[in-house]
Amino acid sequence: MAKRIDVQDLDIFYGDFKAVEGVNLSVEPRSVTAFIGPSGCGKSTVLRTLNRMHEVIPGGRVQGKVLLDDEDLYAASMDPVVVRRTVGMVFQRPNPFPTMSIADNVAAGLRLNGVKDKKTLNEVVEKSLKGANLWNEVKDRLDKPGAGLSGGQQQRLCIARAIAVQPQVLLMDEPCSALDPISTLAIEDLIHELKDSFTVVIVTHNMQQAARVSDQTAFFNLKATGQPGHLIEIDDTKTIFNNPTEKATEDYISGRFG
Amino acid sequence: MSSTTARPEVTFGSKSSGRAIRNTVATVLVWAAFLIALIPLGWIMWTVLTKGLHVLFTGTWWQKDQSGALPPGFDHNVRGARHALVGTLEMSVVTSVIAIPIAIMTAIYLVEYGRGKVARLVSFMVDILSGIPSIVAALFIYAIWVTTFGLKLIPVCASIALAMLMIPVVTRSTEEMLKLVPNELREASYALGVPKWKTITRVVLPTSLSGIVTGALLGFARVAGETAPLILLAAYTQYLNENIFSGNMAALPTMISTEFSNIGDAVSSERLWGAACTLILLVLVINLLGRLVGRLAKVKK
Repeated sequence: MAKRIDVQDLDIFYGDFKAVEGVNLSVEPRSVTAFIGPSGCGKSTVLRTLNRMHEVIPGGRVQGKVLLDDEDLYAASMDPVVVRRTVGMVFQRPNPFPTMSIADNVAAGLRLNGVKDKKTLNEVVEKSLKGANLWNEVKDRLDKPGAGLSGGQQQRLCIARAIAVQPQVLLMDEPCSALDPISTLAIEDLIHELKDSFTVVIVTHNMQQAARVSDQTAFFNLKATGQPGHLIEIDDTKTIFNNPTEKATEDYISGRFG
Repeated sequence: MSSTTARPEVTFGSKSSGRAIRNTVATVLVWAAFLIALIPLGWIMWTVLTKGLHVLFTGTWWQKDQSGALPPGFDHNVRGARHALVGTLEMSVVTSVIAIPIAIMTAIYLVEYGRGKVARLVSFMVDILSGIPSIVAALFIYAIWVTTFGLKLIPVCASIALAMLMIPVVTRSTEEMLKLVPNELREASYALGVPKWKTITRVVLPTSLSGIVTGALLGFARVAGETAPLILLAAYTQYLNENIFSGNMAALPTMISTEFSNIGDAVSSERLWGAACTLILLVLVINLLGRLVGRLAKVKK
């Protein structure tokens, strides 16, 4: 089910401003890749190009290629809506739909895409909530509003909602930055399990988190303020944290940055 | 640490007397402004209710129209306002049916799709439209309907003119409500592979529904009391007319203005204040209805 991602010579723009330049990287299927780097270096921007969410922002455009199992996501014939069904996303702040119940939130992706069969939807809701380790906490109140859950539960609800449409790849944009340590642990455990069926790419500011959850780590940085962001290096997480090739990476990881 | 910095001397613990005075003055001013604004409201309500409320309890008020009314001074029955109430309701409902879909779609365009020059132009047009005096809107419809097409005036002409007044009001209120929907919800929906139009109809609109409904009903209340287009386009009649596509049609505002010409007559005066009271009551009911709907459709917490 999971697919591999290849990014080739990717430049990302906001209007005329080049935000990220010359990114080349590969992500293996069923692995976890972490993007780390200082604020404003473009790691979230790169993540958002992987499911064409970047162009939702007015003026957002890219040059270069993003291949999903050799299919170019930015080919002229490619429908961004289909791309986003294949590459799911979890955001920094939990964002359940406020008008929908817990069950409806999970089923939203399918229902809004035309699935009406009650039985199928109920099965998907249960399976996805179990997949997000949330089922036991909410199974008795599936018809209650999703906004009534705690922050950590809401974020797992959003993960359940994202995996309910059975994507090939799951992108996570700092999914734990608004959560307490216990909820963070729950999400990290979940990422370990998700790896069995999805390709996961996660942006994080927490280097311990990158070290804990990822197989591969990419370090992004800015050359200078106002300059586009770069991918400095990408390697096995162990190598990046113990024996990085670039001095910039070592400085950032050991806290000697800037 | 040198003491050369221009830092104001502050004694720790004591409240500065200057600030306390300014606070008191501002508080008094704000309360005074509030009370002054309240006076006309209370006064209007008091006048209308004392003069008109008892008329509403006349047995015939809600059942009868003004048919059989004798010239002022010779008539001793208040009779009813059913014809005017029905007329106001029919014309306002038809106005809403025309205006609300256009207004909501304009607002959706402006918030969700509009970029660049066209959007700015549309937004500017809405501003212009909201500044058009109601009598000019009525004249415009008259010019089109009668002068250009040579048609006979029917009550629905008034509805069309009123719709021109209602569209900008509802567009602006809907726009504000749509802007309140967090962008994160739209992104969450896109990220699930939901197309934009479905995101708007199934996520954005339901989230802002209560506000949109409230705005639309306020617009309804606003046109229900509008008078000028009715005077020009829907001539007053003392008989009940339920067909909006023919003849003349009474409305509460035109009933008030008609009876006003004989305000010296006691019975006319009763009818006038009764109609005014009915109009205020109607607007009040619609407002309450709007709030109720708004509460029912409220975002679940």
